[in-house]
Amino acid sequence: MLARGSIARHYLAIAICAAIYLIVGLEVSNSYYQLIMTLVMIWAAMGLSWNMLSGYSGTISFGHAAFFGLGGYTMTIAFVQFGLTPWLGIPLGIGVGILAGVVIGLPTFRLRGHYFALSMLAYPLAMLNLFEWLGYQEVSLPMKREAAMWYAQFDDPRAYMALALILTVVCLVISLRVEYSRFGRSLLAIKQNEAAAEAAGIDAMRAKMQAMMISAAMAAAAGGLYAVVLLVVTPQTMFGMLVSAQALIVCLFGGVGVVWGPVIGAAVLVPLAELLNAELGNVLPGIQGVVYGVAIILIILVAPEGVYWALRDGFSRRRFRADPKPAAAEPAAETSIVSRDAAAAATAASPIVAAPTLQTMDATSAMTSCSRRLPSEPLLSLEGVSRAFGGLKAVDDVSLGVAEGRIHGIIGPNGAGKTTLFNIINGFLGADAGRITFAGHDLTGLKPHDVCRRGIGRTFQIVRSFARMSVLDNVKVAAQGGAADDAAARSLALEALAEVGLAEALIDAVPRNLTTKQLRLMELARALAPRPRLLLLDETLAGLGHDELEEVLDVIRKVNARGVTIVIIEHTMQAMVKLAHYFSVLDHGRLIASGHPAEVLSNATVIEAYLGRKWVERAQYPLP
Amino acid sequence: MTDLQWQLIDFFQALAAGLMVGGTYGLMCLGLGIIFGVMRVVNFAQGDFMMLGMYIAYYLVTGFGVLAFLGPYVGPIVAATLAGPIVFVIGWLLHRYLISQVTGVRVISAEAEGHYAQIILTLGVALVLQNGGLLLFGSRPVSVQTPLSRESWEIGLVFLNQARTVAFVFAVGFALALYVFLSRSPLGKAIRAAADNPVAAAYVGVDVDRSYRIAFGLGVGITAVAGGLIASSQSFQPYIGFDFVIVMYAGVVLGGMGSILGSFWGGLTIGLVQQMSTLVLPYQLQNTAIFVVFLLIIFLRPHGMFGRVFERT
Repeated sequence: MLARGSIARHYLAIAICAAIYLIVGLEVSNSYYQLIMTLVMIWAAMGLSWNMLSGYSGTISFGHAAFFGLGGYTMTIAFVQFGLTPWLGIPLGIGVGILAGVVIGLPTFRLRGHYFALSMLAYPLAMLNLFEWLGYQEVSLPMKREAAMWYAQFDDPRAYMALALILTVVCLVISLRVEYSRFGRSLLAIKQNEAAAEAAGIDAMRAKMQAMMISAAMAAAAGGLYAVVLLVVTPQTMFGMLVSAQALIVCLFGGVGVVWGPVIGAAVLVPLAELLNAELGNVLPGIQGVVYGVAIILIILVAPEGVYWALRDGFSRRRFRADPKPAAAEPAAETSIVSRDAAAAATAASPIVAAPTLQTMDATSAMTSCSRRLPSEPLLSLEGVSRAFGGLKAVDDVSLGVAEGRIHGIIGPNGAGKTTLFNIINGFLGADAGRITFAGHDLTGLKPHDVCRRGIGRTFQIVRSFARMSVLDNVKVAAQGGAADDAAARSLALEALAEVGLAEALIDAVPRNLTTKQLRLMELARALAPRPRLLLLDETLAGLGHDELEEVLDVIRKVNARGVTIVIIEHTMQAMVKLAHYFSVLDHGRLIASGHPAEVLSNATVIEAYLGRKWVERAQYPLP
Repeated sequence: MTDLQWQLIDFFQALAAGLMVGGTYGLMCLGLGIIFGVMRVVNFAQGDFMMLGMYIAYYLVTGFGVLAFLGPYVGPIVAATLAGPIVFVIGWLLHRYLISQVTGVRVISAEAEGHYAQIILTLGVALVLQNGGLLLFGSRPVSVQTPLSRESWEIGLVFLNQARTVAFVFAVGFALALYVFLSRSPLGKAIRAAADNPVAAAYVGVDVDRSYRIAFGLGVGITAVAGGLIASSQSFQPYIGFDFVIVMYAGVVLGGMGSILGSFWGGLTIGLVQQMSTLVLPYQLQNTAIFVVFLLIIFLRPHGMFGRVFERT
């Protein structure tokens, strides 16, 4: 997220809020209000649980009642049948909840978006039926007159309030620690762009699984305490849809992806609904649900980010207006960048006639020098790689080798299978047949983050940024795989940003405010941050103006010059002939030609037959 | 009779019941299939629109007695059919003023976050409908009582509940009529074009937002008709919607996303699974069987779900 302040400030805020809540709670004498204060804390914990998985990683769950219910029922059944105290029953419930999180997560995380959300819905509903069938329609906790404390039964309802407060504080602290950790940053990256996160070396499955386990533990604890407070469990109150919905609603209302969100949401909505229910419940049954429903609808329409973010944005805007200095400084910074760009453009523009020939000579000399120092063993080699989608052979029996230190261009018209080939190499797609080896290791079957860790970085045809992170954080997420700690990740990221020439002034900008060229460079820096040996660049030059193109080409050459091997996809020849040392031409999934640029282009008949005359003409290359 | 014969009779009885129930499930899924296929919106409130259909049929038959003169065979059917246009209007308005804020051409290009807004908005609508239903209709379970509910036709040794059979025949006929409408009429074609490729449809002059609005109204209306039909063979209360949401999604996913007719077959299959499961499972676990089938379908058909996501890189 945007600058979040230091973690210590949050701890202080938690301590102050908890103290105030405790004092108010102890002063309140009405036992009904005390109950409401207890429930606020329980639902805040439940909201934090939902936030842990869905808020941070973006995988929306409609089934958190499964963990809540398991926590509550485990504690209750252990108490009723085996006389186990809730002090041990709740931890047992947490264990069962975590186990359920693993069992549910393993298959369900394979699904995405709608499918994940829908199948999460099925779990608690199935459990609801199951517990009804098992005969647990209504289970009451037996009253223990003796050793009541040992059974967590208190005469004073304020004790429950204090317990619930402790639970919420623990959940808050855990959430904060996650939010400020490398793990939390990985989750945020997954939320914003899972494919890019995986390509940047994050094991998305593992991170989501860990989030699920923490989340399930919190929900189970909340469920256990809820049962202790209410002294009775029914399948509807524990596994019902309203439980899952409430977890989600307090979080959405208060603010997603921030620890304070669920707390704000619970503090506003729970008392509101409870009081309405108490005042009007007899006359208007269901008013509670209507209030929740209306709250969700309004929040989605008015402030889809939640109260916390809406307030924050409001405050920062006002502060901006009150203090004109930063407001004035920013445009100034922008113009200076623009003028620098303009200056660069001007210098580049003057020798425009001479440039192409120079470039061509450069490329030729680079090529010859390169071919002289080529090692015999290719760094990356593909043998007979194929992949079909239904009847369409997207990649058909492609074999090629990429020599270390080279810039290897893959060209071909739209739909030739270039991007699919990249997706196979970096593990987004499995190959139906064939073998891929990189530096002597078999890559076949590896997941994207593993491929990344072995030293292959990639960029995407359409830039995949982490939209809500700063440019620096975008790159840092990728750097953390190869860094020991946060500081090391930061310096790796800064190094990569410097290498691609992204101005220091831009590192705190969000991707939304960048130009196409800057986005491409940011993505390049992200791919470079883990210090790969090989870079896969997917149409990095697309959509760039002439001068911008030269600038990016220079960056790519510079990266290559320090020994990074590059495979680049393009479907326009113009830029490629200036850059690549070696060409492979794909058409309809097949490799139709490969060799040095001159060789490939002299093979004009082949190219023309497959790609058309115009394409060759556009190449503007002096054919021998 | 031997045990085997009894088992065979049980089997055919469950099969027949599955078909009868499946017919109305099929119609129900068809409604959701149109919405899901056209708009790619997970509509959580679909089950609650079905609940509305049930109550509308209930009040038309019993509350106001306006349909009493139509007799026990025709009355409930007409009531169920009338629920369609009423819920259509409600759905149309809801889409016009609420759901269109977070769907449409504008949102399609957006990444996941746009979808979440839709899901959550419909969840809010579902909660309002359910609990609003509780306010309006009360929590006491009711059902549309017709003499047919207690009568059966006998075919061999298999009994067919008359209310269910009439509902089945009507549901199949209704589904066929819809199929003809979608494949032949200009409006039906526009809706299918918007489903297939909203951007391309907009380029060739289809008013995509209008198609969406009509598709949404139509989808909830059809499901309401199915609800009205079920109302004569099952008791219900305002919270019944969520029980059917999974049934419907299971049917739609089974039938194949975006295949509108497929969702009818999917629903029919789910009805069969539900009724046949009673042969081996206790009655209370009927719906658990559906959940299991639903999860299996989702897990065993991951293609087309993943493939597209990654090919966009």
